[in-house]
Amino acid sequence: MLIPADDRLMKVFRKRKDQKMTREGACNPIWVFAEQAEGQIQDVSLQLVGKARELARALNTTVEVILLGCGMKDQVQFLFAAGADRIYLGDAPVLKWYEPEIYTQMIVSLAEEKKPEIMLIGSTCTGRELAPMVAARLKTGLTAHCIDLLINETRILEQWIPAYGGLISIICPKNRPQMATVARGVFPRPTMDENRHGDVVMLDIPTNIPGRIQTLQVVRREPETVPLESAAIVVAGGVGAGNEEGWRQIAALARALHAALGCTRPVVDEGWAGHETMIGQSGKMVSPELYIGIGLSGELQHLIGVVSAKVMVAVNKDARSPVFEQVDYGIVEDCRTFVPLLIEKINVYRSRQAGA
Amino acid sequence: MYHIVVCIKAVPDPKQADQIRIDPVSKTLKRSEVPLVLNPLDKHAMEAALHFKETSEAFVTAISMGPPEAGNIVKECLALGADQGILLSDRTFAGSDTYATALTLARGIEKIGRYDLILCGMASSDGGTEWVGPQIAAFLGIPVVTMVEELTETGPEIWKVKASIENGYRLMQVKLPAIFTVTRTLNSPRVLSFSGIIKARKKQILCWSASDLGAAEDTVGLLGSPTVVSTMTTRSSRRQVEIINGTSEEKAEILVQKLADAGLV
Repeated sequence: MLIPADDRLMKVFRKRKDQKMTREGACNPIWVFAEQAEGQIQDVSLQLVGKARELARALNTTVEVILLGCGMKDQVQFLFAAGADRIYLGDAPVLKWYEPEIYTQMIVSLAEEKKPEIMLIGSTCTGRELAPMVAARLKTGLTAHCIDLLINETRILEQWIPAYGGLISIICPKNRPQMATVARGVFPRPTMDENRHGDVVMLDIPTNIPGRIQTLQVVRREPETVPLESAAIVVAGGVGAGNEEGWRQIAALARALHAALGCTRPVVDEGWAGHETMIGQSGKMVSPELYIGIGLSGELQHLIGVVSAKVMVAVNKDARSPVFEQVDYGIVEDCRTFVPLLIEKINVYRSRQAGA
Repeated sequence: MYHIVVCIKAVPDPKQADQIRIDPVSKTLKRSEVPLVLNPLDKHAMEAALHFKETSEAFVTAISMGPPEAGNIVKECLALGADQGILLSDRTFAGSDTYATALTLARGIEKIGRYDLILCGMASSDGGTEWVGPQIAAFLGIPVVTMVEELTETGPEIWKVKASIENGYRLMQVKLPAIFTVTRTLNSPRVLSFSGIIKARKKQILCWSASDLGAAEDTVGLLGSPTVVSTMTTRSSRRQVEIINGTSEEKAEILVQKLADAGLV
């Protein structure tokens, strides 16, 4: 049922939804900003709607989603199926691509009017630019790269991140909305209920935009290698590779295993691999069948990116490396000599299978 | 003449930063004496400013919010070629989250006066939120482009830049003044030179406190931060490791066999 963005009707909704009640009562809705790219709703957004549903149950409130784009009306069903109760839809050619000023203005205006309790945004390249601007304009807090979210006994959102070898929870006790960004793969895809429906509220496009920034072009390349997020086997290399030559050996191992190649932050600092292949809290989250960590120390910031894995293996020359406490199989070897050996044995095994 | 402001941060040396741990018993931070260095990505921001200065008239200011020791990285930027340095330092700035940090830096930048371009590394190696650049932009009311990987057209007033996105880039047209947060792909930072260090001795470092910025106590530091750390805990291991023994050859063979048995090779 389409409801026009009309003052009179909005007052009715406001009375029902915006009253902040006591501890045991309901509170304002939980929002998710749903990101679309080339007209497709991103996986992370559906995952966040699922999580928002869970948080909404704990707070006795509803889930509302903001979706901005062009020609997205037939996509809203996915958001309802994932758990949304209401969708605020901005649908216009100017919204086709992420336009920083317009997207920020629309979200900020709506949030100032509706006062959501919580706002979740996917930790994509766009999300990591949009979320901080929205949070600053709303004068509220924003936590980056959360690996878990829960409502605690004081009905506050606990935002968990790995830090200093452990986990810390961050809260935004007074300001609202409590905002957090979460990467794809941290939360599972929700069970889709095709019978769920909700209401759609159309948003007006703002006219008071400064117009100092514009998206001229969006160019996507075919990914060269197996995408990390969906790979069955992940080979992750650390600075134990020693140098570029050592790194190339690890890349060769990934190819030999038809695996996706990931890395740790120090490897990105060294320049051997790009930020987009970094696995960890502020990088990619992976859930492979097999994870092999080569020449890395098992820092929580990195391993927290391995959301789940059937089998984990580590190769490290230091027998006391903390990584050996976090895997199923450990091999104490210098990866610079061991990796070429491993590749050789894999090839031998394969040719034996082929010959047999 | 362009005025380029580069926001820099002093961070614990990333190569030693894993010495700072949560104590599993007391569940508090066990600080250790890890030296502060210039945030690696800020070197790329500095390089972009200095490179621009080689071909166009520009005045480069390096600005940082940090403890007094952060003065060393400001000096380093003067030695690299910045024209002036500004350190925003005050006891009351302690405990700042990104909101309070960005607001303080924005105030410092406004106090400088006219600026055309603000550059920062896209993220710091310690906090790593990526928030400060966009939040300074929001407070100053100017556009921002994050993850800039290429400066395609540089003005005079309208710039075109490529920003990294998943599997590609977006080409943005921006009217200055604006903020760009930069990635490693943008350039290769120059190293310190002896002559640069000598020249830096004549350059000025301004030191501004909270009152120099006219900042009320409840708008900076812990009091000015909407977010706060609530609890700290350690994560216990969930796996039992089996160390594979033997000669290197044997270990490799055993591993391949184990993976093959699990249908993974």
